[in-house]
Amino acid sequence: MNNLRIWLIEATKKGLQELQDYVRLCLATAQAAVTRPFYFRDLMEQIETIGLGSLTVVLLTGFFTGAVLGLQSGMTLDQFGARPFVGRLISASMIKELGPVLTALMLSGRVGSGIAAELGSMVVTEQISALRALGTDPVRKLVVPRVLAGFIMCPILTVVANTVGLLGGWLIALTQLRVPSGVYWNSVVMGLYIQDVWMGLIKPFFLGFVIVTIGCHVGLKTSGGTQGVGRATTNAVVAASVVVLIVDFFLTRLLISILF
Amino acid sequence: MGNATTTATGVPAELIEPHAPVVLFDKVNLSFDDKVILRDVTFSVLQGHTKIFLGASGAGKSTILKLMLGLLKPDSGTIWVLGQRIDKMSETQLMGVRNYMGMVFQEGALFDSLTVGENVGFKLYESGEQAMDAVRARVEEVLGFVGLAEHIDKLPSALSGGQRRRVAIARALAARPTLLLYDEPTTGLDPMTCLSVDAEIVKLRDIERVTSILVTHQLRDAFYIATHEALRASNGEVTLRGAAEEKIEQADFVMIREGRVAFEGSAADLRHSRDPYLQTFLS
Repeated sequence: MNNLRIWLIEATKKGLQELQDYVRLCLATAQAAVTRPFYFRDLMEQIETIGLGSLTVVLLTGFFTGAVLGLQSGMTLDQFGARPFVGRLISASMIKELGPVLTALMLSGRVGSGIAAELGSMVVTEQISALRALGTDPVRKLVVPRVLAGFIMCPILTVVANTVGLLGGWLIALTQLRVPSGVYWNSVVMGLYIQDVWMGLIKPFFLGFVIVTIGCHVGLKTSGGTQGVGRATTNAVVAASVVVLIVDFFLTRLLISILF
Repeated sequence: MGNATTTATGVPAELIEPHAPVVLFDKVNLSFDDKVILRDVTFSVLQGHTKIFLGASGAGKSTILKLMLGLLKPDSGTIWVLGQRIDKMSETQLMGVRNYMGMVFQEGALFDSLTVGENVGFKLYESGEQAMDAVRARVEEVLGFVGLAEHIDKLPSALSGGQRRRVAIARALAARPTLLLYDEPTTGLDPMTCLSVDAEIVKLRDIERVTSILVTHQLRDAFYIATHEALRASNGEVTLRGAAEEKIEQADFVMIREGRVAFEGSAADLRHSRDPYLQTFLS
């Protein structure tokens, strides 16, 4: 019992310390993002890596999610004779929830892990120390461009995922459910309110920020050689995925209370 | 040294004298959790001199270099580098001091996504104070100094261990530092490559007039650096030879044992020490 209490105290301390370090990194990033020097070329490189590099996985995820939503909801709607409303269901699900969350989860796996591995390797090979010794702030040079790229590209990739998701749903509606195109797209538009669109657009900014800052934080805290890099990569993906779902929940509650 | 007297401005009296030390550690202590890394470490390094830190692995030698650069903060004690007290400085303030320092990391710590030339010129490109052509010329000059000019456009992964170590020396040297720190520059290299790295260190000290602080557990390299000097002939050719007595006296050895300074003195003092630990270490 006593051991459990000690373990709980230690785990809480460790957790709080981790949170404090994470918040510090976020504040340092925010400060560095609005002051000179600013590494514009590095930002462009990261936009290409995070944005264009993730396009394939986001296109595939979005398309097949929309398609499977079409198949599943078509069967359910059939029970009520409401098959023509399939577009409404797909658009509401994709744009409000599945588009932002699935895109964020894909980015956690691809971008979060990549950042943690890259920065972690730099830490264990003393490249971060070398950067500091050469008079360059690692937060400005490495963290700010990645965080800004994630912040900018996550919403754009979400819009792409939503679009191909609706296209996937349309293909299923047309070929499997025999719903005419006009009926489907009319249903898609009817099912959406402007508040839904705002919700789908606002959420990815926060999710993109969270994924990249977690990747950077975990990467910069790496210790223990190559094994440590492996651990950091796993931790970054797990932490970012879980935090994405938690942030999504609280953000949805907040946005519902503000927008509706 | 233990109780360095200070002036009205708070600067130790020693640092404002003409031959002031470029580095001054005064009763520096450092622990990580319950593990004591350094205890009451006190020493100074004079301009143009060489300080060689010896000790077993894990004795705290590399930590001293990291403290000098401000990469770590001491728990107590004061650290002065180039006339400035750095132990209380913020990261932004430290950048100013680091402009005059260079560091050669244990494994080179080259940026693997950049070419050799970009690595060497990193600080100069980042500062943006010089034209690109001027930076390129300086990069070629320092790479020529370490005999690697033809590798300027290669990636570090295409070089051997010894070549990477020499690129790291060139990178530390490119911005013309006043103070160069070497962390185990020859560890893991074959004897011939060790000699060429040692020769670069001696040349930098004597030709470029850089104060050198070296951490190593390779006694042969330590004594080679302490007992050799580089001379530039009138035709510009640089040669190495056994150093004069006066030059040998400018190289100090410090033995770190379990975080404490166990010995401080010249190469001769070290050789003639009767301390059983030192004798075991030297044998």
